[in-house]
Amino acid sequence: MDFLKWGRSPWGEDILIRISWDLLYLSAIGGVLFLIGHALYVRFWPQPVPEKGDAATTAALAARIPERVARHSVAARAFHWVMAAAMFVLLFSAFLPIVGVKFAWVTIHWIAGVILTLSIIYHTVHATFWLDFWSIWPEKGDIEDSRRRMLRGVGQSAPAPRKHGKYPLENKLYHLIILITGLAVIGTGVFMMKRVQTPFFTRNPYLFTDQAWGVMYVAHGLAGVGLVALVMAHVYFAIRPEKLWITYSMIFGWIDRGHYLEHHDPQRWNVARPVPPPPPDEDAAKGRRIAV
Amino acid sequence: MAVIRDVMPAFELFQPANVEEALSLLNRYKSDAWVMAGGLDSFDWLKDRIKRPKVVVDLVGVKELEGVRASGDGLEIGAMTTLTDLVRHPLVREKFGMLLEAAEAAASPQIRNQGTIGGNVSQDTRCWYYRDGWECYRAGGNICYADTPTAMNREHAIFDADRCVAVNPSDTAPALIALDAKMVIRSTSGEQIVDAEHYFIGPGIDITRMTVLKPGDLLVAIRIPGTWAGSQFYFEKVRDRKVWDFPLVNVASVMKTSGGTIQDLRLALNGVAAHPVRLRAVEAAVRGKPRNEQTAEMAGLMAIEGAKPLRHNGYKLPLVRNLVKRAIRGVEGSWTS
Repeated sequence: MDFLKWGRSPWGEDILIRISWDLLYLSAIGGVLFLIGHALYVRFWPQPVPEKGDAATTAALAARIPERVARHSVAARAFHWVMAAAMFVLLFSAFLPIVGVKFAWVTIHWIAGVILTLSIIYHTVHATFWLDFWSIWPEKGDIEDSRRRMLRGVGQSAPAPRKHGKYPLENKLYHLIILITGLAVIGTGVFMMKRVQTPFFTRNPYLFTDQAWGVMYVAHGLAGVGLVALVMAHVYFAIRPEKLWITYSMIFGWIDRGHYLEHHDPQRWNVARPVPPPPPDEDAAKGRRIAV
Repeated sequence: MAVIRDVMPAFELFQPANVEEALSLLNRYKSDAWVMAGGLDSFDWLKDRIKRPKVVVDLVGVKELEGVRASGDGLEIGAMTTLTDLVRHPLVREKFGMLLEAAEAAASPQIRNQGTIGGNVSQDTRCWYYRDGWECYRAGGNICYADTPTAMNREHAIFDADRCVAVNPSDTAPALIALDAKMVIRSTSGEQIVDAEHYFIGPGIDITRMTVLKPGDLLVAIRIPGTWAGSQFYFEKVRDRKVWDFPLVNVASVMKTSGGTIQDLRLALNGVAAHPVRLRAVEAAVRGKPRNEQTAEMAGLMAIEGAKPLRHNGYKLPLVRNLVKRAIRGVEGSWTS
C-alpha cells in the first residue's frame, strides 16, 4: 500500500500530489476497531467502583449545588452544533465521491469550510473572553489522575484519582487533537481555495511551488482522514448510554446535581452557591440596641 | 509525458465476438480494461503511452453493435456503427438530417470510415496539457495547467469549469441531445437507459471522466425517438480551419414552428464546457415567441449568461451568441436542413 501519491511536473520533477485514499479506509477501519474494542472493554471488563465521599460532607455540599448545573451557554452550544454540521458536510462532501457517490462536491465543500472557519474564529474569541479559557486545556495533575484511573481501570490498585474539573481529561485531549487537525485542514484549505473558483480569490495555482502545494494537499488529506476516525469516536461516545448526560448537556445546557456530584470535583469546578451568612443573634442584637 | 509516438506498451488484447463476452471481459478487468471502438482516439493514447491499460477490449468483432435500425417512428443506432454508415443511411437522411450533418462535420471521409458513433460521443477531451500526460486534475493530479495566469487556453471552457477547464470535442453529441436521444448502457448487472443530456458529465461530478460510463459499462446503442423527426434542424460547427478539425464551438437545434411562432425546440452547444450544454433557459424563453430577429437576439444574449471566459477564449462569447442567434433565426445554406 502506498501512503502518498506522487506525480511528475512539466519540469520533470517528482512532486507530491496527495495522500493515498487507502488511508481513508485505514482510518475508518481503525475507528471501527477502536469502537468495538472499547465497547467490549466496557461490556466485559469489571469497571472500577467510584469512590464514595463522606455522606455528611456530600449532603452539605449537595444542598449548595443547584438542581441544574449550567455547563454550556447558548453561545457555546450554538458553536458546537454549527461546527458539527459543517464538519459532517465537509467529511461527506470530501469522501463520498472517493467511495463512489459522485456529485458536484467542490462548492459544497468550500462553503462548509468557510462556515467552519468562521465558527472557529467565533469560538476562539468567545472562549478567550467569555468562558473559563483554561478549563479545557490539560494540566499537570491530569496526568497523575489519568495514570491512577488507567491502573484502576485494568484492575490494579492505585490511589483514587481526583474527580474531574469541568472537563474530563478525555474531553481535553479530544479538544486538543481536534484543534490540531482542525487548524491543519483550515490552514491548508484556505490556501487551496486559491486553486478553485470562489468569489473570494482569483484562481492562481502558481501561488506556491508544486512541492509546497503537494505538502499542503498531503497535510489537508492526512488531517481529513484523521477526522474521520475522530468524528466516529466522538459520535460513539456521544451516544453511549453512560455518556448521554454529557450529550444532553450540549443540547439543553445543563447537567443535573447527581451527575455533577458523581463526576466533578467542586474544588476544580465550583458551581456551589455561596454559604449564606449566619442568621443574626437576637440577644446580641438586643444588647447592641441597649448599649446604644 | 508524450514523447514516444511509435511503439505501444504491451497489453493483453481481447476481441470478443458478442456483447456478452465483451461485458464479461469488462467486468473481469474493470478499470484495467480499455474499450476500443474505431481506435482513432485509443491509438493516440496508447502510442503516446499516456494511458497504459493492462487489457484492451477491441469491439470490432461485435457485429450486433453495428447498424442503424428503425425503432418505432425513431431509430436505434448500434454504438459501433461507423460515421460513414450513419451518414449514408437513408432513414437518418430522411428523418434526422441534422445528425447526418453533425456526423459528416466530425471528420474526414477516411476517419469517418473507421470512427464510430459510440466512439465519437465517448471520446476524451482534446486539452493538450492533459493529453501530454501532465498530472492535471483530469489525470488524477491536483492542478489545471490550462487555467493558470500563463496558460494557453484558447480552446477551453467558458461554462461550468470546476477546477478542470477542458471541453468536450464531440460533434454528434449536441445533435443527439437536441434530438432527445437515449443512450443504452449495459453491464453484467443489467441495462440502463440514460438521456443523452445526462450521458455527459462535468468535472464537478467526476473530474476524471467525461461520461457516465463506469468501469465495466459499455455503450451498446443510441435510440432516437421519432418526436423530432422531420423538424426544422440547425447544425453549425465553427473550427479553426476549413478542413477537418475539432470544433471551437458547435450548435444544434431542433424546432417546431406554427405560423411563424416557435412551438417547441431543443438547443445544445458543445466546445464550451466539459460536457455538451443544453440551453434550457433559452428554450423556455423563446418557446411561444415569433421566430424573428428580436427573438434570435434575445436568445443569443441569454445563451452567454453565466459564461466565464479564460484569458484567451473570450472570443467564444460572441461566437456562442451569434451561433445561437443563427440557430433560432435559421439561416439558408450550409449545415441547415
